[in-house]
Amino acid sequence: MEDPIYWPSLFFLLFAGIACAFAVAVVVSANIVRMAFYLVMSLAATAGLFFLAGADFVGAMQILIYVGGTLVLLVFGVMLTSQDRFISMKTSRFELGMAAGVGACLFLLLWFAAFSVPEWSRGLTRAEVNAVPLQPTATPIGMGLLGARVDGADSPDKAGYLLIFEIVSVHLLVVLIGAAFLARARYKRSTIVE
Amino acid sequence: MAEFLIDVGIWPWLAYTLAALVHIFLLVNLVAVGALLFIWMERKVSGRIQDRLGPTRVGGRFGWLQTLADGIKLLTKEDLMPEGADAFLFKLAPYVSFCASLAAFMAIPFAGGQHPFVALHLNVAVFFIIAVLGLEVFGVILAGYSSASKWSLFGAMREAAQVVSYEVPLGMCAVVPVLLAGSMDLVYIGDRQAGGFWNWYIFHDPFTFITFWVYFTCATASVNRAPFDLAEAESELVAGFHTEYSGLRWSFFFMAEYGSMMAVSLLASILFLGGWHGPIPIASVLGWTFEDGFWNGIAGNVLGTLNILLKGIIGVTVMMWVRWTLPRLRIDQVITTCLKYCVPIAAMTFLGATLWQYALPDKMFFGFLDVPAHTYQVAELWPETKSAATQPAASQRTASADTVRMD
Repeated sequence: MEDPIYWPSLFFLLFAGIACAFAVAVVVSANIVRMAFYLVMSLAATAGLFFLAGADFVGAMQILIYVGGTLVLLVFGVMLTSQDRFISMKTSRFELGMAAGVGACLFLLLWFAAFSVPEWSRGLTRAEVNAVPLQPTATPIGMGLLGARVDGADSPDKAGYLLIFEIVSVHLLVVLIGAAFLARARYKRSTIVE
Repeated sequence: MAEFLIDVGIWPWLAYTLAALVHIFLLVNLVAVGALLFIWMERKVSGRIQDRLGPTRVGGRFGWLQTLADGIKLLTKEDLMPEGADAFLFKLAPYVSFCASLAAFMAIPFAGGQHPFVALHLNVAVFFIIAVLGLEVFGVILAGYSSASKWSLFGAMREAAQVVSYEVPLGMCAVVPVLLAGSMDLVYIGDRQAGGFWNWYIFHDPFTFITFWVYFTCATASVNRAPFDLAEAESELVAGFHTEYSGLRWSFFFMAEYGSMMAVSLLASILFLGGWHGPIPIASVLGWTFEDGFWNGIAGNVLGTLNILLKGIIGVTVMMWVRWTLPRLRIDQVITTCLKYCVPIAAMTFLGATLWQYALPDKMFFGFLDVPAHTYQVAELWPETKSAATQPAASQRTASADTVRMD
């Protein structure tokens, strides 16, 4: 039987609304830690959008990297560098104007990009949406890491490149750690004592 | 469950709401009632370790209603807030912790088979749980920051330093069973270990055996239990991040702590200790599997749920034992333990397990036994190619793992 309300749309509006409202709150708020909290809510709602779209892997990635990792580091950094108990930021008029200009440009870019997709501008019917199967997202990525691409159906010219990509990124991490190791301040024991 | 209700003939929206309510009711009660049980157990265990009796009077013989009495006391306490506190974040922090702890339970399966007992059957469940449990820290940091107390702030800063050190080895250890099973689906990982303790991944090879203990160490660090309870550190920081909390808000932090203890123990038992499969395959001997009929399978799943809950409780008890045995580490010792010892050990065992699996792909139990035949039947579905994707498959995602197991 057919539902009177199309639930995915409702949940999309819910998550999108939360994400947008908290994104505005990040801009409006003057307290850095509150900003971090609003950012967490906004990013978590975005993760909700990914889950809603059936992209479980990207959603979990969003939570782990953006919501978890980055924000813990952000809060950690803010608390170590702050001078006052509650840090508040005052934005000047000029900065606000500049930010508004850049934001408006990006928004226009996204607006035209979104409406250039033909299916999105005309709108899909429910039957069309249901015809697209929801597939597990982790398995294709795992197979991609092994060099098999599920979309390429084993044709030889479409070999996977994810493993190489991943190895390169791990190398980048090694380089970062090495740079931090080389650049750190070296105190000799005697200099600290004196 | 929602699909079952729709088949019965209830409106879909009502069916989904009912299913969600039942799931969340069970999980909230698992966390809340679990906390009651664990706080009582903590007192008894610590009492026995310190050669005391622990609570003995409330509720009869073993003082088993002690926590309930404490809960009622907490309800009647005055809800205090320091004058200089950031009121909004101060009030919110306990709920952030509790929500993160509860959200992890959504993806934890309690029994497998063709109809797994799980609220949300994710195919990236391992990843999801580790990601969500990391959010609990955010509540702790918010609480420490917003309390406007130096003790709280010290606790929060220690917590932030601790997080960056344990997350790395924890993730690396959780990857090893994922590698052996070839999936991040917890239902699938659990069912690959069916058949008896010799099929558990902890006994798969010497490397996974070490990995389990590294995982358990990092998991203890991740739930802020002694010897890693630096954020709390009663002897140094009064009570750390929850110094300024009282009453029900304070108890939310404790529900979150015991909830995530249970969550990491359940995750450990699914990843390494066979999940809902007991040490001896009783369910299959009794004929309680889905091959013998739907209700037999459900009975087997109920047995499996008891099994995994027991394993989780044993894991929590071991954490209590560790807490009351070892002294607290210093913050630099915590970071050294996690980054200088756990990370290299985890990396080596990861490589070792990979090579072992490559050399002996069909062996279990340290290479002595063959992989049982049923393991090959449990296989993750190869995703459809674009040419085959045109056929309508609405319930593809939930049914993906189940369809293969039926043959």
